[in-house]
Amino acid sequence: ARLGIICRPPQNYPLYIRSVPTENELKFHYTVHTSLDVVDEKISAMGKAMVDQRELYLGLLYPTEDYKVYGYVTNSKVKFVMVVDSSNTALRDNEIRSMFRKLHNSYTDIMCNPFYNPGDRIHSRAFDNMVNSMMMQVC
Amino acid sequence: ITEVCGAKRVGYFGPAQFYIALKLIAAAQSGFPVRIESIKNELPLPRFMALKNDSEVRYGTPAELHGVKFQAPHASLEKNSYKRTDEGDKQQEPKSPPMSPICSPPASPSTYQRIPLTYGYGKSRSGLEQQHGAPYEVRHSTHQQDGPSSGNYGSKPALACSTLSRSLSAEREQPDSSAHYSDDPWRITEEQRDYYVNQFRSLQPDLNSFISGSVAKNFFTKSKLPIPELSHIWELSDVDCDGALTLPEFCAAFHLVVARKNGYQLPETLPETLLPDYLQAASLKPLRECTLFDSYSEPLPGSQPTRDFGRMEKTSAEEVPDNSAVIKDKSKDDKQALKVNTVVKAIPKEFQHLTVKTAAQEPNALKARPRSRSYSSTSIEDAMKKGEEPPTPPPRPQKSHSRASSLDLNKIFQQNTQAVRSGWLPPPPPALPPRPSVSQAEQVSEVELHPQMNRPPSPAEENSSAKKEVVLAQPPSKPARRKLRTEVQGLETPELSPTVNVTSSLPAAKPHLPVQKQSSKQKRAIQTAIRKNKEANAVLARLNSELQQQLKEVHKERIALETQLEQLRPVTVL
Repeated sequence: ARLGIICRPPQNYPLYIRSVPTENELKFHYTVHTSLDVVDEKISAMGKAMVDQRELYLGLLYPTEDYKVYGYVTNSKVKFVMVVDSSNTALRDNEIRSMFRKLHNSYTDIMCNPFYNPGDRIHSRAFDNMVNSMMMQVC
Repeated sequence: ITEVCGAKRVGYFGPAQFYIALKLIAAAQSGFPVRIESIKNELPLPRFMALKNDSEVRYGTPAELHGVKFQAPHASLEKNSYKRTDEGDKQQEPKSPPMSPICSPPASPSTYQRIPLTYGYGKSRSGLEQQHGAPYEVRHSTHQQDGPSSGNYGSKPALACSTLSRSLSAEREQPDSSAHYSDDPWRITEEQRDYYVNQFRSLQPDLNSFISGSVAKNFFTKSKLPIPELSHIWELSDVDCDGALTLPEFCAAFHLVVARKNGYQLPETLPETLLPDYLQAASLKPLRECTLFDSYSEPLPGSQPTRDFGRMEKTSAEEVPDNSAVIKDKSKDDKQALKVNTVVKAIPKEFQHLTVKTAAQEPNALKARPRSRSYSSTSIEDAMKKGEEPPTPPPRPQKSHSRASSLDLNKIFQQNTQAVRSGWLPPPPPALPPRPSVSQAEQVSEVELHPQMNRPPSPAEENSSAKKEVVLAQPPSKPARRKLRTEVQGLETPELSPTVNVTSSLPAAKPHLPVQKQSSKQKRAIQTAIRKNKEANAVLARLNSELQQQLKEVHKERIALETQLEQLRPVTVL
């Protein structure tokens, strides 16, 4: 099972990438990058609607041959993308939601750190630990 | 020597026995007969082959225990330059496998200096100079003996040794925060604390308020540490992640900066002695010295995470200045702590505090106590007499002694309701699944405001629901949460009963009787604590429902505004 997490600010460069296991990482990166288009499309489709937290979770972006991609966007247009193996059918929507929420919370914690410049890559150990634990749960 | 020092009698080398043994060795090496009386003489240091520097053991009389002096490290940094004037009984770390760890090679990055002071006791004490360096985890592994060992002083003859007030040539300072003989670098001494407080005041005159992130950033950038490290320090110290530093958070951050500048590696998680709750309590009372370096982090191997009793006491003590910040702090502290929490819960020897803590602090305290108990088993009788602290410096013993009495129980229980709010937040799992449930319920666009508001109730729910679980699949509903809370409390009671058994299985012969008496006292205390917890539960549930109500109202407002907007829009389009 593979799980990848990426955050991208509006300019769409990655702030944080983690994948388990680490082979085929390039393909995984590619998948995430292409899924960003889908994310953007969904955001623009919201149009004038107020963005509330329910809509932050974009759900299954698109299922491809062996994996599913989930998206989540924050109010500041930071996108979280999660790629999961399709074989991992145990993952339910709720769990994905909660995982995104955890990510979002950790991300806001990082934001609170005055030494963190928005747009920097994320090196926070707390964030790493959280992501690791999440991935351990899934895989 | 083994026989004389009492090790044969008790069957092991406790700290006290160890120290006496060392003294006897010194005596024997100097040609004195091996007898208890001979250690009363002034003796040169015992010579060991492995030792690279002199190490001396110092004993204190029971009377001196009160007036124990601390040897404060001479910490002089660019920022701080002051000499600590505390002094305390220092002992060599006992029982570390060889003697060599005690005298870590001089090549260690930081040398720990202690300068003894002599008060008007008419006796001179020998200071224990030790070099602590990079392998401080080894040192820390031996720390646990320090705390309980001092508890044995009362039963050992007083010794006066020549005072060595060497100032080692390599006077590399360490911000060893141990207020006394503990070499715990993560403990903040009184002087350091005062310094930090003054610095805080220079940035923010109101001590109860925050330092904002930018102000703090500028301040800490002056320390010329690299930004990633500062970022990590911030991450460690800002436990409630609000982008601002309260006084205890600031002290912790400052302390970490100081430590880093002196060559210490930053820990992965915040050491217990730097937690805001701990520091806040410490600011109320003198620091408890449990000389136990509690670190949850893997990078510090060997440091067995014995939790301070001080922390437990602290949580009860600090309930008084309880505020929402503390709640947040605790929840976050616990969150960090839980990451490595795998300890079996057992009961500590300090029953009076145990009861409160089990009720109030759940996994943290429970986890902490058994460990500390195992180390301090030798001095359990002394510890029980004195409260959990080992002999404290002059200003402190009164507090620690008063703790030992049931007086504390009452004080604690009075504070318990407040304590419950902050103290009984067991570490939620790192994932904090219940929090999403609360925030989900809100669904307000002002995400900032409500999560803040909900943190107090949500951690309260989190802790209960997440107490035993690492992952919560579903966001618990309110009644489910209450159920979980009661479950948690129910779990506490069965947990406490094994503790009673554990206590009776202590190796020391003496504590049996007092233990049993304590256990009944403790049961009563537990029940009271449970009742208080339930009351707190109800309060929090009410608070939660009120907040939910507010949320609904805000939702309604928002919907109203949205419809208004929609109505207005067609007008503009036309």
